[in-house]
Amino acid sequence: MSVKIWALKKSVWVFHVNTGACNNCDIEIVNMLTPKYDVERFGIKLVGSPRHADALLVTGVGTEQAAIRLREVYRQTPKPCAVFLVGACACGTGIFKGGYHVAGPVDEIIREVDPDAIIAYVPGCPPKPEAMISGVVKVLSAI
Amino acid sequence: MKKTLHKPILAVGPFHPLQEEMEFFQLTVDGETVTDIDVRISYNHRGIEKLSETLQFDQIPFLVSRICGICSASHPLAYIQAVEEIAGVAVPERARYVRTIINELERIHSHLLWVGLGGHFIGYDTVFMWAWKYREPVLDLLEEITGNRNNYGNVRVGGCREDIPDEMVPKILKELDKVEKKTDMLTKAVLDDPVLHARLKGVGILSKNDAVSFAVTGPTARGSGVAIDVRRDDPYAAYGDLDWNVISQTEGDVFAKAVVRLLETFESIKMVREALKELPKGPIAVEVREIPPGEGCGHAEAPRGETFHYIRSDGGNRPTRHKVRAPSYVNVPSFKASCIGQHVADVTLTLAAVDPCYSCTERLAVVDGHSAVIHDYEALLQMSREKTARIKKEIGAPEFKLEDI
Amino acid sequence: MEQEELKNRLSELKDELIDIEQTADNRIFLLCEASNAYGVARFLFEELSLRFVIVTGIDADDCFEMLYHFSNDQTGCMVTVKAFIRDRETPSIESVTPFVRGAEWIEREIHDVLGINFENHPDLRRLILFDDWPEGVYPLRKDVKK
Repeated sequence: MSVKIWALKKSVWVFHVNTGACNNCDIEIVNMLTPKYDVERFGIKLVGSPRHADALLVTGVGTEQAAIRLREVYRQTPKPCAVFLVGACACGTGIFKGGYHVAGPVDEIIREVDPDAIIAYVPGCPPKPEAMISGVVKVLSAI
Repeated sequence: MKKTLHKPILAVGPFHPLQEEMEFFQLTVDGETVTDIDVRISYNHRGIEKLSETLQFDQIPFLVSRICGICSASHPLAYIQAVEEIAGVAVPERARYVRTIINELERIHSHLLWVGLGGHFIGYDTVFMWAWKYREPVLDLLEEITGNRNNYGNVRVGGCREDIPDEMVPKILKELDKVEKKTDMLTKAVLDDPVLHARLKGVGILSKNDAVSFAVTGPTARGSGVAIDVRRDDPYAAYGDLDWNVISQTEGDVFAKAVVRLLETFESIKMVREALKELPKGPIAVEVREIPPGEGCGHAEAPRGETFHYIRSDGGNRPTRHKVRAPSYVNVPSFKASCIGQHVADVTLTLAAVDPCYSCTERLAVVDGHSAVIHDYEALLQMSREKTARIKKEIGAPEFKLEDI
Repeated sequence: MEQEELKNRLSELKDELIDIEQTADNRIFLLCEASNAYGVARFLFEELSLRFVIVTGIDADDCFEMLYHFSNDQTGCMVTVKAFIRDRETPSIESVTPFVRGAEWIEREIHDVLGINFENHPDLRRLILFDDWPEGVYPLRKDVKK
């Protein structure tokens, strides 16, 4: 295991990217920080800049206007980084498939920048905080 | 030679580390005072009105509940009411009560969410953690009734999809008692706090005239003395049968909006209790086979204000036009009136006060001619906290010392 | 304003209207040509103090329809002004933003998605379509397929 991967697995700092979501997934992400779930006790923390992040939590369909910004955010994130696609929209545009303003799915947008990106899918509409925590644990034990 | 004055512009957004949608604000500032404000949206535009024309009438509730995750009971309800108006459907009694209960439970957790975020934006994270902890039981109740914590998908043309089982009623009442006790404690703590008074009063005032001109709705309007509420003005579901009050305040500042939301939470708890007590027996849906040609308007009071849906049908399976107006669509532009003349440190709070929570405080860049100063999220939070400390000193609030513990 | 009084006041408008339709107890539609829409909307907002709700733009094949929804909050009555824009080549209507500031965004949005020109609008920049969206393509027109 390289030292970078070893470092990635401890105290994951995440940056939250909304690319046109309905807020549900976003609220559930914030919910993970509040007393009931409290992921900060594992060192998981939301940060204000992608340059500080170990992982990206991407929600939403990836609208045309957001796709450009998503690519830029991914470029700015130090590698290696894990990308979590949270919710049905991010996993495959969901109910918004075929909309004129939808550039997604998000995994394709990220693969345009980096074909080898580590991408994990957490489906659900919205996924429960338990599902998100479980997703993070599974990815961190797999890499 | 004519000298041109470069007005510094603060760029806010489009990403925010904590909350919700992408928005890109440009604040023109003079020193610390905001003189103009502009916004670029589109990041979140998903083309729902066009998509809706490709779906069938009974599929659309699932689409419209995903317009906004936290108004996911009121959007489908407004849509369904527009369709029921075209079809001339009378909804069974029990369905009207179930719709009311789901909508009011949504309002409780949504208002608590806002109170928490409001606390966070002024650096009062205790309020944030409290409020978000106390809304959890409400989400659990909704999960038990509808099968999902949000996006309930519980209405359909002619009634409801899921019933509230009678044996669940005592449990809901018990949980409501707990939520009420905690909200009471929270409300007293918030409204008695001298720092919060000093920090929130007189900030981001939206005058009554501006509220009318910007056509704002919901707590934003009721905080400015415009006492409108669709639940009372055009009663739908079971609101006409219940005993409750419309809360309004006249000041128009952030504090007034906070008071309106906190007190409305109690009204909602009262309404759910009463609706559960009088929950009629009977079916929860009637069969609707056909939507005739015609047009209908439906509106419902979402936690943020009036949700309006317009449907036109040509007698087929799909609407020919579906217009949606979410409450934030008219509430957000009112920042032109409420933010100008404010301090930069107050803008995030003022923007958040209408509850779109677009306060994209994370990537702020002051661009002044050739030099650029970057204020990040932390710096802005710091500015806000410094103002809190300054006020605390001015009003002579006791200084907190470690050795006192 | 009570319902009877509202109806009486609305009858003052009859020279400017094509027709008044009532689809339900508290749903009234006022049909007019595009050139009269500004005056009718202004009368509703300023004289009758109705609350502005939103504008709906519709591509109705032979013309464009602009629906100005107003609400009388005392009775819950929705009054909708339905204005017909007959010119499909260069559709244009007078902006209501000068007297209802809340209409600014929706008129910009309709300009984006239906290509209607709003005369005297203070700021008709792009609002909801993305930066690189092609000029002259309007997603809510019926002839656009995706």
